[in-house]
Amino acid sequence: MLLDIITNNSITAPSEPWWKVVYDFSSLTKWVDTSLHSSMSSFWATITEMLIIGVLILLFYALVGLFLVYAERKVCAFMQNRLGPNRVGPFGIFQTIADLFKLLFKELVPIKNADGFLFNLAPFIVIIASFMAIAAIPFAKGLHAIDLNIGVLYVIAVSAMGVIGVLLAGWSSNNKYSLIGAMRSGAQIVSYELSVGLALITIVIMAGSMQLSVIVEAQRDGWFIFKGHIPAFIAFIVFLISSTAETNRGPFDLAEAESELTAGYHTEYSGIKFAFFFLAEYINMFIVASIAATVFLGGWMPFHVGYWEGFNHIMDFIPPFIWYIGKTFFVIFLMMWFKWTFPRLRIDQLLTLEWKYLLPINLVNVLIMAFIVLMGWHF
Amino acid sequence: MEEEVKNITPDERQEYVINMGPQHPSTHGVLRLVVSLKGEIVKNIEPHIGYIHRGIEKMCESITYPQIIHLTDRMDYLSAHINNEAVCLNVEKALEVDIPDRIKVIRTIMSELTRIQSHQLWWASFGMDLGGLTCFFYGLRDREKILDIFEETCGGRMLVSYNCPGGVMYDIHPNFQKRVKDFIKYFRKILPEYDQLLSGNVIFHERSKGIGKLSLEDAISYGVTGPTGRASGFSCDVRKHEPYSAYDRITFKEILHTEGDTYSRYIARIDEMWESMNIIEQLIDNIPEGPFAVKMKPIIKLPEGEYYQRVETARGELGVYIISDGNKNPYRVKFRSPNFVNLSVFNHIVKGFKIADLVAIGGSLDLVIPDIDR
Repeated sequence: MLLDIITNNSITAPSEPWWKVVYDFSSLTKWVDTSLHSSMSSFWATITEMLIIGVLILLFYALVGLFLVYAERKVCAFMQNRLGPNRVGPFGIFQTIADLFKLLFKELVPIKNADGFLFNLAPFIVIIASFMAIAAIPFAKGLHAIDLNIGVLYVIAVSAMGVIGVLLAGWSSNNKYSLIGAMRSGAQIVSYELSVGLALITIVIMAGSMQLSVIVEAQRDGWFIFKGHIPAFIAFIVFLISSTAETNRGPFDLAEAESELTAGYHTEYSGIKFAFFFLAEYINMFIVASIAATVFLGGWMPFHVGYWEGFNHIMDFIPPFIWYIGKTFFVIFLMMWFKWTFPRLRIDQLLTLEWKYLLPINLVNVLIMAFIVLMGWHF
Repeated sequence: MEEEVKNITPDERQEYVINMGPQHPSTHGVLRLVVSLKGEIVKNIEPHIGYIHRGIEKMCESITYPQIIHLTDRMDYLSAHINNEAVCLNVEKALEVDIPDRIKVIRTIMSELTRIQSHQLWWASFGMDLGGLTCFFYGLRDREKILDIFEETCGGRMLVSYNCPGGVMYDIHPNFQKRVKDFIKYFRKILPEYDQLLSGNVIFHERSKGIGKLSLEDAISYGVTGPTGRASGFSCDVRKHEPYSAYDRITFKEILHTEGDTYSRYIARIDEMWESMNIIEQLIDNIPEGPFAVKMKPIIKLPEGEYYQRVETARGELGVYIISDGNKNPYRVKFRSPNFVNLSVFNHIVKGFKIADLVAIGGSLDLVIPDIDR
């Protein structure tokens, strides 16, 4: 089945406290599903559900993108002794919306001798890749568009597609800086994809499943970063480093290295096409942060401490969606923090870091984790 | 067309030529570098200059000596005060004017403040070249404090035009001493923060150590001066070897490093900031009483002859060469600008390194383009 809404029919037990019932989105999605099916044929009901989800994700996508741009500007301003945007609306919260309108109305500068078709296609590939990845992320209990049994693999595969767009953009722009940026980006993403995959595999070994909802459910009695001893923590650090590299963010932003290549692969893009690249960068950051939150930090699971019943009840009271967003933004903040602190690496150092350090560490880490799981030493 | 193609060797045909500049984020001005690449590796660079050529040397021939001050401001705009001092010292030397101690001390303090603010801006932009954008704001935040001191005393912030032949334009502001002392107290606490943010960073060490090595022999044969030359072990501090103004009455050490790579050029400048603060501290409490300017003739005419004066700007040795035919305008003026010489060594040390290193080395040479073009 394509849509989780249709398949997810976990019925909450009546004995559970009321807030758990309220916070479970599967009853809502189930209700939408049955009411749609009762009013139209099953084919049209599926189509309508797809449309609803599409519109909702698109809306979410745009809102997250706008918010992240604002958040990054505020965070970086905070680190740099500045105020950041503070003119449009209270605390400048409408600044990104104003910027969006500016980008929408800007002229799309035609490039001489550019490969027109590929040039126009590239931003869409980048944005579609990030759009597809967001579909598999569980936002709360019963609130995800698609719950594949190979969710982790799907997210890695789909988010890696973005590099095709980056390469095409660099190639078709007919600009030497863009081409260098694209080649760097290609080498970088292909390398760091390995570490991302292996870091996630460490956790997949623990959870025993690639399905994201199962991984979250397995963390009910403790997040994997705490359960998995040191290997899980190492995997988290490696994931944080390599996913930052994969999203082309500083200190690994060689693909657009402002002081070296002006703007790298998107030098020649203007207006809304540039906005697509810009938005995709932030959404990719959101996606890797949500994967980190889901896989390592327990997704939408609340924070529980051993036998502190009262504390655990209070934590349960906070809606799972808030937990999920909170963890994601914590990871995003970490990524912003080191972007605005560290200088940029050089391309050979970047590849050395991956192939000579992260990859061997990762392989050993997977081995240790497998051993721990085999011996049943984890909590 | 055919013949042209035949003349190109296969190696040259493989080269990937990009134009860095005149508008590029890392050239700090309108310098154009034609960079030949092989993949990421820099094969050759060819600096093209002249985009901001204003003919300052030629303009000097048709204006009077006090007016030259306002043109030298605009050469190396970050060492504006020191450039002016060079011209003033030269004119005073030619006229054999005796300069009171107060003027000498004020000039020295202002020169050292100029040096600190120049190095602060360099640190800020060097951090930005390496991708650490936060450095830029830290550097400018502290530089602002010096500019405020300048503003209070000179009226100007960057192009102060504070010197004039025979002294300085105005007396120092009553707050001057207090504010300078406050600044030094503040900056002594802040400067270790620079180290925490950049100098101590592993990525920074990887990016700068062993990159762009300039040997002592090359530094001397190219005539590279300033912190760039001293990082290669070339003892070339004019303040030490040929003291002018008040430098002969204070104790300070010449910063010398021997590695000659990007990292030692960086450390040399950080050390210079410490040393400049030492110099200012020695002088700020004992500014002698006296006039702030010597009465000069309304129209300054230099006796016939050739005059040369060199000073140490924030980037190296600046020489001012004036030929006078006895008129109120100089017959010919030539500036030996440190940046032009330092640029000439760029191609020599950058070969074989990567594009990212090109940017780092360019940043560590600390080029100010208006000084190259004049």
